[in-house]
Parts: sequence; C-alpha cells; structure tokens
Amino acid sequence: MKEFLRSMATRRWFLKTSGVATLSLASSPSMTQPAAETPSLPTEHVDLTINGRPYSLDLDPRTTLLDALREHLGFTGSKKGCDQGQCGACTIIINGQRINSCLALAVMHDGDEITTVEGLTEEGVLHPMQAAFVRHDGFQCGYCTPGQICSAVALLSEHRAGWPSYATADVATAPALTDAEIAERMSGNICRCSAYPNIVAAIREVAEEGSQ
Amino acid sequence: MNPFRYERASEIASACATAARPTAKFIAGGTNLVDLMKLHIETPEQLVDITRLPLDRIEETADGGFRIGALVSNSAAAADMRVRRLYPVLAQAILAGASTQLRNKATTGGNLLQRTRCPYFYDVTKPCNKRVPGSGCAALEGLNRMNAVLGVSDNCIAAHPSDMAVAMTALDAVVEIIAPDGSRRAIPIDELYSPPGDTPHIETVLEPGELIGSVLLPPPPAGRQIYRKVRDRASFAFALVSVAAILDLDGERVRAARITFGGLSYKPWRSAEAEAALVGAPATRAAFDAAGTAALKDARGYGHNDFKIPLARRTLRATLTQAAGLA
Repeated sequence: MKEFLRSMATRRWFLKTSGVATLSLASSPSMTQPAAETPSLPTEHVDLTINGRPYSLDLDPRTTLLDALREHLGFTGSKKGCDQGQCGACTIIINGQRINSCLALAVMHDGDEITTVEGLTEEGVLHPMQAAFVRHDGFQCGYCTPGQICSAVALLSEHRAGWPSYATADVATAPALTDAEIAERMSGNICRCSAYPNIVAAIREVAEEGSQ
Repeated sequence: MNPFRYERASEIASACATAARPTAKFIAGGTNLVDLMKLHIETPEQLVDITRLPLDRIEETADGGFRIGALVSNSAAAADMRVRRLYPVLAQAILAGASTQLRNKATTGGNLLQRTRCPYFYDVTKPCNKRVPGSGCAALEGLNRMNAVLGVSDNCIAAHPSDMAVAMTALDAVVEIIAPDGSRRAIPIDELYSPPGDTPHIETVLEPGELIGSVLLPPPPAGRQIYRKVRDRASFAFALVSVAAILDLDGERVRAARITFGGLSYKPWRSAEAEAALVGAPATRAAFDAAGTAALKDARGYGHNDFKIPLARRTLRATLTQAAGLA
C-alpha cells in the first residue's frame, strides 16, 4: 500500500510539473488538466548527431538523453530499465565514450555525436559484436542487450587505449583482456537472465578477432 | 522532476554568480544530481551547466605534484599514466567506484560533492535531517548496515560514499575553490566536509556560489600505495569499508604511514591514531592489529552496522599486510 501511495504521489508530481513531456498522455482530459496549471517554461534548442545523421530538437530541459532518443526521435533500441544509472540498459556511446543516457540531460549534449545500438549495424550487416552475441547466445529476454552491446563495443576501444580497471593488478600497466577484466569492465550492465558467461564469451571472441 | 531554467556557462565568474542564488545549482556530470532531481530530493529552479568551462586538464605543478581540474572525468583521471604511476592508490580508488559508464560522466569535483546513499536520505516517505532539517533520522533505528560508525551524531549517521576522496585524503590533497567574486582559496580535503552535528544538511564548508576548480596533489609520498575495498558484490557497489594506505618501510620497521578509511564516516576518515601506532613499529600483523584497534577505539555501531568495526580492523590489517609485502 505504501508503495502504491508513493507511486501515486510521484505520478501527481509528474502531472503537476510536466509541460512538454505530457504529450504522450494527452489523450485523457482529466490527466492533462493539472499540467495546464504549470507556467510554461522555455524549451532549449538541441542539435545532436545520432548514428551519423543530424537531428534538431526543442526540448524541455528536463528531458534526458534517453527520453529524447526514445520518445522524441523513435530510437527505441536503448532501453529504460532502472532509470537511475544502475542497470546499464540505456548505455549509448557519446563522443566515443559509453554513458548511461538515463542520467544525462539532452540539453547538456548539444553538438555531441551519439551512437546507439541502431547505429552499429551497417547497411543491414550486424556489427561484429552483435553477431558474436547472436552466435554465443549472449542473452535470453534481450532487454538489456542493446546496452550490453554498446557497452562491449566501447569496452574494446577503452582496452585498446590502455585503460586499466579495478581487476588490473598493476594499474600502471595495460592489462590483457582476461575474462576477469571483461567481467569487471562490464559490471555497469546488469542482465536479469544472467547470460553473463555467454556475454563474456562473445566479447572475448570479438577482442581476439580484433587483435589478430 | 521539477521544472528548472537551464544556463550553459561560458565563463567561471558568471557561473559562480548565478549559482550563488539559493535555488540554483551547478551541474557537471549529473550522475548524482539528475538522479536526485528525478526523486524530488534535489529541486533546483536553475541549473548552471559548467561542463564547457576550461577546468578539464591534469597539469604538473612546479613542485612535482599535480593539479586535477574539477571537470576531469573519473575515467580520464584513472586512465592518466602519470596518475597511474605516481598515485596508484588514486587510480585504484577511482576504478573501485561505480561503473565505466558512470565514471565517463562523473567529474572530479562532482565526485567530491556527491550526496550520501543512506537509504533514508533517498526515501522521501521517511524522516531525514539531511533532506528535511528537523524531521529526524530514520537510520538510527532502521536498516543502517551501510551507515557510519565514526564522527557522526544522533542527528545523522550517513556515510560519505566516495572512493576517490578516500585516496585523495591519504595523499593530502588540497581542494582549490573559486568564489563568485573571483577570489580563490585552498583547503585541505580533510577540511572540506562538515561534521553532521546538529546541521547534517550542511555537508561542506563551501559558501553559496563557490566552485571547486581543481584538486591539488602534493608530490607523491614515499612508500607503497594500496586501495582496498570491501563490498557486498565484486564490482559496482558502494563500500562497506575501504582503506587507502601508504606505507613506507625502513627495513622491517614502519618509517611513515598514511591511513584513510572509506565507508565509516561523513567524510573519508584519516586516522592519526592508526598512523601514530604504526610509525616506528615493526611491520607485523600484531602491529597492524594494534593500529586498527587505535583507529576504531571511538567507533560506535548502530545495530546493523556493528560489523563494520571489526571489518574495518581486519581490512586495515589485510591492506597493510599487502603493502608490507607479507601477503
């Protein structure tokens, strides 16, 4: 009951304070009513390059990058799992680095270059990491998979750049990409189906192919 | 999330002036602030985005130390070969915190100023003196296994969650602060955090509009540096207890030691008692245990976190054993 009341309270907050973001709920008049009480705030203009193409948006500054991608632009590959940076399902690559898009305000990324899981595929051909996940059965339900794959792609560039991890015995060295290193470096991506062994195998295979 | 006005800062002075307003806040990585705003724990009416300010460099200082800009990401600091060679305890501590995705976003300044992860600070249906001054502390009688055992008060037993700050405290880092009038001051990191006392909502000595510009690391001290973290899972979890130790041996005796604990207090807990117990002592398990006893002598558990006291002693012993090459 407490949880229910809390969720209602949160929902009321949302309705009371939402402006632009309530568009998707606009079909119910009773729901749009409270939103009208909020004085409208200026939107912010945001230019993003997503998977190599330019996009222009005018957004409520509260919009996260994840919501901008999913709700405003239709890039639904990135998933909303926890919405608090703990699960990694929303992982995207921004200016070459992986981040949790649920904790990023889109307005702060004006001018940035974004790669989502949709951008990894080239002309219908799967990215080697996508193909390896398929080959190794690196998933069950698949919900975390776009985040896992974006994370894994970025992991390989970090490793090539010599980044250490907490699993690295001597942080002043560039470590080999052992299974322990892969597991540590992937710890920001949770898989509720626990496909971890196959995820590690897929990443290891792509890493080995890349180093040949 | 409450509505807010957004401003992208292009120069430091005006950013500080804007952020000095009581309803305004700086934002950089946002990994903590955005989360707290979604939960209505933080409700700024204005955000000053400082990510494009020129505070993103790691530079060597004239005396052989290093200055880490406040906007250097946690990833960039931990990947920097100078940090990895000269301050391995800092690289290890940063890498022990969060996930790569978060470290890519999180900044040096923001890491220092992140809020506690006390579950009652996060639960807006429960009293919390830090969130709502005067409302009480639900953690005292609650599920407090993650909470502090040193230096706190009956008004608040929240622990500071940073790993990075623990290593910086052991390294005698200095926090360089820029005020809205452009003036600058530098304070030892150990003096950045305010004890909870009767005012747990006041967490640092920063004045309104003051911005952390950089963190100054003195030249690396002699001795072996180690960061050891104990947590509920192998990765991506906050510390139950952590230890940053720098141990310098003269043969089989301790010449100098720096000991800082994480997870035990409202700030990284530098233990002068442990250091005094170690200096001149033989590098033995018995001496390391004595240092742990000295460090924890004033500790007080609150039920679920009683285990932290013996765990901290054992973690210190394990860290020093490793640092002394006995393991």
